[in-house]
This record gives sequence, C-alpha cells and structure tokens, in this order.
Amino acid sequence: MPQYIILLYDDPKKFAELSPQEMQEAFKKYHGWGQKMREQGRLTGSNKLTDGAGRVLRGKSPMRVTDGPFTEGKEVLGGYYMFNADSYEHAIELTRDHPQLEYGGTVEVREIQDLSQAARNA
Amino acid sequence: MPEPDARITSVVDHLFRTSAGQLVSYLTRVLGPAHLDLAEEAVQDALAKALQTWPFSGIPDNPPGWLLHVARNRALDLVRHRGVVLQKTSEVVAELSQPRAAPRLELPEALRDDELCMIFLACNPALSRDSRVALSLKAVSGFSVKEIARAFLCEPATIAQRLVRAKRQIREQGLAFELPPSHQLGKSLDSVLEVIYLLFNEGYAAHEGDDLVRQDLCSEALRLALLVADSPVSQPKAHALVSLLAFQGARLAARVDDQGELVLLQDQDRCKWDSRLIALGSRRLAMSAEGEELSQFHVQAAIASIHAQAKDPSATDWEAILDLYDDLMALNPSSVVALNRIVALGKVHGPECALDELSAIQEDPALRDYYLLPSTRASLLAETGEFSQAANYFAAALGRPCSEPERRFLTRRMQECRDQALRLQKPS
Repeated sequence: MPQYIILLYDDPKKFAELSPQEMQEAFKKYHGWGQKMREQGRLTGSNKLTDGAGRVLRGKSPMRVTDGPFTEGKEVLGGYYMFNADSYEHAIELTRDHPQLEYGGTVEVREIQDLSQAARNA
Repeated sequence: MPEPDARITSVVDHLFRTSAGQLVSYLTRVLGPAHLDLAEEAVQDALAKALQTWPFSGIPDNPPGWLLHVARNRALDLVRHRGVVLQKTSEVVAELSQPRAAPRLELPEALRDDELCMIFLACNPALSRDSRVALSLKAVSGFSVKEIARAFLCEPATIAQRLVRAKRQIREQGLAFELPPSHQLGKSLDSVLEVIYLLFNEGYAAHEGDDLVRQDLCSEALRLALLVADSPVSQPKAHALVSLLAFQGARLAARVDDQGELVLLQDQDRCKWDSRLIALGSRRLAMSAEGEELSQFHVQAAIASIHAQAKDPSATDWEAILDLYDDLMALNPSSVVALNRIVALGKVHGPECALDELSAIQEDPALRDYYLLPSTRASLLAETGEFSQAANYFAAALGRPCSEPERRFLTRRMQECRDQALRLQKPS
C-alpha cells in the first residue's frame, strides 16, 4: 500500500493565545486524529520538530547559514505523520479532518516514493 | 491495550484547566506572589507545549508530573532570561531544578494546599470585589481573560485592567501567600465565600449563549467551595455554601427546556433534578449546623433544601420558607431578599397580601432596573384575575434589562395575560 507523509505547518505561537480549556479541546481533537489513524493500523510514524532552534544551509563555498525560514515566515514546519492510504485521493480524505486545518495551520500531503518499486520498473 | 489509554485519556479530559490553577498556585508560592505574572506565563507555555507535543509523542505516563516538570523548567528559563530579582534565589532555583517526578497520575497533595493559599490571596479583602472575582477565575480556575469577560458580559479590556490592578496591589501591599492567621480568618473566609457565591450566581443567571462557560462557572464554584469547606481553615458556613450551591446546581438541567426556553421552578420536571447533588446538599447542610454562627448561606441553603425535598410544587412547605425569609431579612435586609420574601408571602397568605407588601418596596431605588420587581407584581395580579393590569406590568418588566431567554419568557406571559383579559371581556 502506498505511503504518504503529511507535513504540518503552523505558527508556533498560536496556542499561547488559547485558554487552558480551549487547549484541552484542541488537544482532544489532535489526539483523536492520531488515535483514529493508529486504530486503523495506518500510522507508520510521526514526529514533532523542536521549536525555534534550526538553521538553513545554502551553497558550498562559501556556505551560507541563515536562521531558518521560520523566523521571517509566520508558518513553521512543526511536525509530520506518515501513514498508509489506498491512493493520493484517499490520503487527502484521511487528512481532511485533521484539526491543524481548523486551527489555521497548513498541511502538505505528499506521497512517499516506493524506491523498490521504482527500481523494478527501471 | 485500549484500557490504560482510555484511563489516561479520561484523566486528561480535565487536566489542562485543573493543572493550570494548581501549577500557577504552586509557582506563585515558589516565586513569591509578586511574580504571579511569571507563574502564569510559565504555566501557559507548559500547557501549549503539551498540546504541541503529546499528539506526536502520545500522552506521557504521568501527565500532571510532565506539566509540573515543564512548567518548572520554563519558570527557571524566564527567571534567568529576564534577570528577575527574587528574594531567595538559590532556594527557588533548587526547587525549580528538581528532577521529574515518578510516574503518578495525580499532582502531589501539597499542590492542593498551594491552591487553597492562592484562593485566599486572590480573595484578599484588600482587593476590590470585582478584582477578587476576576483574579480567582484567572489564577485559581484557569479561565482566560476572554472567558471571564464572556461570563460576566463585559469587555476583555475591563477584565484585563482589573487583573493588572489586582496584581499591582498584591506587589505594592506585599499581600502574603498563606492561609489566613486565625485572627483574620473570619474576614478572609467571608471574602472567599462571597467570591465563590458570586461566581456561582453569574453562572446560574439565565443568559443566552456560552452555556458551557456558564456551566463551568457553576461547577468551578462548587469545586472551590468544597476545597475550602474541606480545608483546615473551614467553618460551618463554608459547608452551608456548598449545600446551597449543590441544591441550586441540582436544578440547572431542569431550568431550560429542549427549545432553550426558561422553565420556572414550579413547572420543572423534577426527575431532571440531579439526585446526587441534592444528596450532597443535604449532607453538607447537616454538617453546617455545627457552631454558633447562622450565616445567610445557612438560611439560603435551608430554603433551597425545602424546594429540593418537595416531590411536586404543591408539596412545597411555603410556611417554612416564609419563616426562613424572615430570618434572612434579619441577616441581610436587602431589597432582593425582600422581594423574594414577598413571593413566599403570596404563597402562604395569598396574592392580595403580597401585593400590599409589594407597594412598600415599589419605589426602592435598588430595584429600579430589576425586571423581577414588575414581573413579580404582574404574576401576583394574574393570580387575582387582573389580567389586563398584569399584562401591563409584564410589559414594564420588558422595559428593564434582562437576558434573551428571560425576554421571551416575559413576552409569552404578557401575551397570555392579554389573551385572558380579552376572553374575560367578551360576553360568552
């Protein structure tokens, strides 16, 4: 079954504005989405990236090191999930109710290239 | 393994808000009450971090312990980065640098004592009543400025101002983070109970919208009342307040019908009353009977218990209620109590008698904007068959401030009285 990765972008400060009760409700939704994927046996991996500390490297000589795009841009890549789905459309369908969208973030849905398949076809 | 996870999830259901109050209280003790702002910021950051981390990592074995650990670290960061001047820096740093606690689902008992001290700090009689209410909700109960504003139907900026003022007073007057010493206990406890009573009443008032926030206010008030009543600084009147809130809270669900319309006490489906809360009310009323003092909470709880015990409206012991209102008038001779007493009087001695007494408070300036004054007169007039006049008084009630559900209720009653008046005019 094809694998997909969703990349979650958001403003890391957005939750600072929520009240504890609102955070509670947000957490229930986030947790519920992961739980649903886990119960369906689809989830193959997920991780959160740390906030704030990170650099972007460009070029070789000279190499330019900048504080990542996240200091200028409002939205930062905050974490990702990997899961199985029947097709890209199905992956979109599974992502549609991710609370990230409700809380104003962005989700990028990508298919992970199956390299063994690619080698066979070559 | 669905079982342990389900257990943890249910713990987490109430975790954020209850932890917020407890952790702010704890950090306020550690950092000192002058740094309440810092405590709040550290806790807010810890909660936000949990929200951003747990969906990926799963819920930790000991969620409150996790939050405590992160909040400590965050407080330490803030202290260092801002160069905050503390009284006993090395002790504070040692306290905040403790290793993560062993897995356990509840916060240490000591945090509950901190919470109690926080209630007494937030309700310090040196602060204005409005500030006490706002600060209690913010620091003890984990409500946001916006939520407090919504609950009290005012602007967030107003609430924010009250909080700033209260915190400045705490700093400038050096208000202590402690349980009140015995010679101040009476006054301090009265102040705490008054705030809890106000919180409950605000939640209980029949406003439309934000039902959840309002129900939260009621259950939070009951939680705080229990916390105080079961503490070492409790007095019988604290149990009386628990009793009153439990009896009133028992009727919350029955007060509104499926269409969101108000249902008067006499028309409520008594099966919908919460029997567990009624039992709690009765137990606490019994516990409140110790000691000499008769507070107004005692009397109000006793009145509420009579309503709660009546199987149907006709079984209500109105004579006992009238006696209790006489007691309440002696303790707290306010215009609102007087009005309520007149309602009981009408039930015992008839509407004409009540109408006579009503004339005495008709011009009371304290009731000038109180819609229940004309609407009580209207109800009494309707009972005597004066429907046309009753309709006029319902109309007068509509001219005073009231919530939307109350407005719809008054409009409905006004229309009924007009219809009745017309029917009586027509020769049949």
